[in-house]
Amino acid sequence: MMKLSLGPILWFWSKQTVFDFYANAAEWPVDTVYLGETVCSRRRELRLADWLDIAGVLKDAGKQVVLSTQTLIESEADLRALRKICSQQEYLVEANDQSALQLATENKLPFVTGPSMNIYNTATLKLLAKQGLKGWNLPVELGRETLRQLISELKAEGLDLPAEVFAWGFLPLAWSSRCFTARHYNLPKDNCEFRCLQHPDGMELRSRESQELFRLNGISTLSGSRYDLMREMPDMEEMGVATVRLSPEHQGMADVVRRYDQVRRGEAPDTDPLQLAEAPPCNGYWYGKPGMDLVPSNSRLSQSSTLPVSSRF
Amino acid sequence: MELVCPAGSLPALKTAVDNGADAVYLGFKDSTNARQFAGLNFNDKRAGEGIEYAHSKGARVFCAINTYPQPDGWETWKSAVDRAASLGVDAIILADMGLLEYAANKYPQVHRHLSVQGSATSYEALRFYKDNFGIRRAVLPRVLSIDQVRGVAKHSPVELEVFAFGSLCIMAEGRCYLSSYLTDESPNTRGACSPAKAVRWQETPSGLESRLNDVLIDRYGKGESAGYPTLCKGRFEVEGSVYHAIEEPVSLNTLDLLPELKELGISAVKIEGRQRSPSYIADVARTWRQALDRLDAGTDGFRVDPAWNNTLSGLSEGGLTTIGAYHRKWK
Repeated sequence: MMKLSLGPILWFWSKQTVFDFYANAAEWPVDTVYLGETVCSRRRELRLADWLDIAGVLKDAGKQVVLSTQTLIESEADLRALRKICSQQEYLVEANDQSALQLATENKLPFVTGPSMNIYNTATLKLLAKQGLKGWNLPVELGRETLRQLISELKAEGLDLPAEVFAWGFLPLAWSSRCFTARHYNLPKDNCEFRCLQHPDGMELRSRESQELFRLNGISTLSGSRYDLMREMPDMEEMGVATVRLSPEHQGMADVVRRYDQVRRGEAPDTDPLQLAEAPPCNGYWYGKPGMDLVPSNSRLSQSSTLPVSSRF
Repeated sequence: MELVCPAGSLPALKTAVDNGADAVYLGFKDSTNARQFAGLNFNDKRAGEGIEYAHSKGARVFCAINTYPQPDGWETWKSAVDRAASLGVDAIILADMGLLEYAANKYPQVHRHLSVQGSATSYEALRFYKDNFGIRRAVLPRVLSIDQVRGVAKHSPVELEVFAFGSLCIMAEGRCYLSSYLTDESPNTRGACSPAKAVRWQETPSGLESRLNDVLIDRYGKGESAGYPTLCKGRFEVEGSVYHAIEEPVSLNTLDLLPELKELGISAVKIEGRQRSPSYIADVARTWRQALDRLDAGTDGFRVDPAWNNTLSGLSEGGLTTIGAYHRKWK
C-alpha cells in the first residue's frame, strides 16, 4: 500500500496554530510528516527547537519525521539555519536546494529531495543516490509519462529510490527574492509586519476576468487551482509510486487525509469530489498538459488503458 | 571583467564580437537551451562558422545546454553536449546535474559553466557543483542583493558571472514553473517562458488584450504601450486592486553597480537577450564595452555616462530600467 505524507506547511501560521495542527496530525493516518519552514527566513514563529519538539511527538505517534530545508537560500543567516538542520543526526533531511545537498553530503547525512529539486532524469537520480539520496519527490511540473519512465529506468538499474508525488494542494511554482505579500501592502520586505499571518492560505491572484491564476504567499507563488490526484491513486500504485504527498491547509485537512486514506485502501470510490476552501481543482501536469488544466475523468479513463478501472470498485 | 553577449544568430554573433564582446553564448536549434524561439539559434554548420569567426577575433564562445532533459530527451541532450564539444566551444553552460556529470566525465577538458538555470544562490550550492562536476564558473540568479552577491563572492570556489542588462527574471531561475502551469512549456522543460505559440492579441472595445493560452495577461488602454505577455509582468487583481502584482515590465540595468561588481571580483557580466536583433546587440555591446573600458581605466574615476543610460533605456522594456534585486529595497 502506498504511503501518505504531509508536506511541509507552505503558509505562515501562528505558533499555536502549527502546534495544534500537528497535535491533530499525530492522530491522522499519515506515514510521513515533513517539518520546517521552507519558504521565508523571516517566518520565525517556530525555532528549530520547537520543530524538534513537534518532531518528537510525531515520532512517538509512529510517524516518520523528515526535516525540510528552506527552498531559496540567500544569506549567511539562511546558511546558518541550514547547517543546524544538516548537523543533527536523528531525522532524515529533505534537501530543497543544492546548498542543502552540499551540507547533507558533507555531513554524510542521508537525505530525500523535495519537489523544488530539479530531478528530471535517471542520471541525476543515480548520482544523488551515490551521495545518500533515500527518496525523491517528482518536480511538480512533471507528469505520469516521465515518472513511469523514471521508475522503470531505476528498476532496470537495480536502484531502490522510492518516488513521492505531490498529489493534493496548491502547487508551489516559484520563489523570488521579492515578497509579493509585502508588495501588495506597499511594505518593504524587511519590515513586512508579517502580513502573511493574515493569509493562512495565501492571497488569490486573479486575472481581470476573475480567473483564479495563482496564490501569492510571501516570496512564493503557488497555483490558483488545487492539484488533486486522488483519482489517479490506483494508477500511481500500479506504477510503483511509494508515497503520495498532501500539502497542509489550515482547514479541513483531517477530511482530506481520511479520504486519501480510504481511497488508497480501496475502501472508498475515488470519484467523489472533495471540496474544501473555494478553489477549482486541477490535474493537468499529471497528464502532460498545462498545470492549471483539469482533465475530466471520462477522458482520463480512456487514456489510462493499462488500468482495469471497472474492476477496482 | 569579461563582457558576455547573447548570440541568437550568426549575424548577431558577429555583431557582438565586432562591438566588443569578450565572449558570446549561443544555443542549438532545439529545446536543449533556455531560449527556444522559432527562427533563432544555431545548427552545427552555423555554430562552426560562428566559433571560427569569434576565435579569429580573439573572442570566446559558450554553448548553452541549460534545460532539463527527461528520459525521452536524454539522448538528444547528451548529443547536444557531444556536438558542442566536437565543435570546439570554449565552455558549455549547463544546469541539469545528470548532464553536468556526463559532460564532466566525457569531456573533462571542456570547461563547464553552471547556468543561471542551475539555481545556485549560495557558496555552499556552488561548492556542490564544483566538487561534483568541476564547474569553472557559475552564473548567479537575479534574485540576490548586492550584499548577498558579496557574501557569495567572498567564499565562492568558482568564477562568478552576473546578469548586467536585459530582461529581468524576478523568480529564482531554474525553479520557476509558472509558465508550464499556464501553458505546457517552461524554461526547464522546453526552454520557453510564456511561449509565443500560446500568445494571442485581441482588439476589444475595452482595449487591446494580450492572452497566454486564453488567460488574460494584460489589457491596454489607449496610449498605453503594450509589451510581450510574459506572464509575471501582467496586470492582475489581488484583493480588489488591479496592478502589476508580480513585476512591472522593466529591464535590468546594472551600469551603476560596475565598480562594486569589479571590487567583488566578479569575473564577467552577462547581457540577456538571444532573442534580440543584431542591431540591438550592437548598441548594447558597444555601450557596455565603453563602460567596461572606462572601468578598466580605474574604478575611482568611474562615472556612468548619461549617454550610455539613454541608449540602454531606449532598448528596454517599457523604456524603464532597474537594478532589480541588487538593491535591497526593490524586494
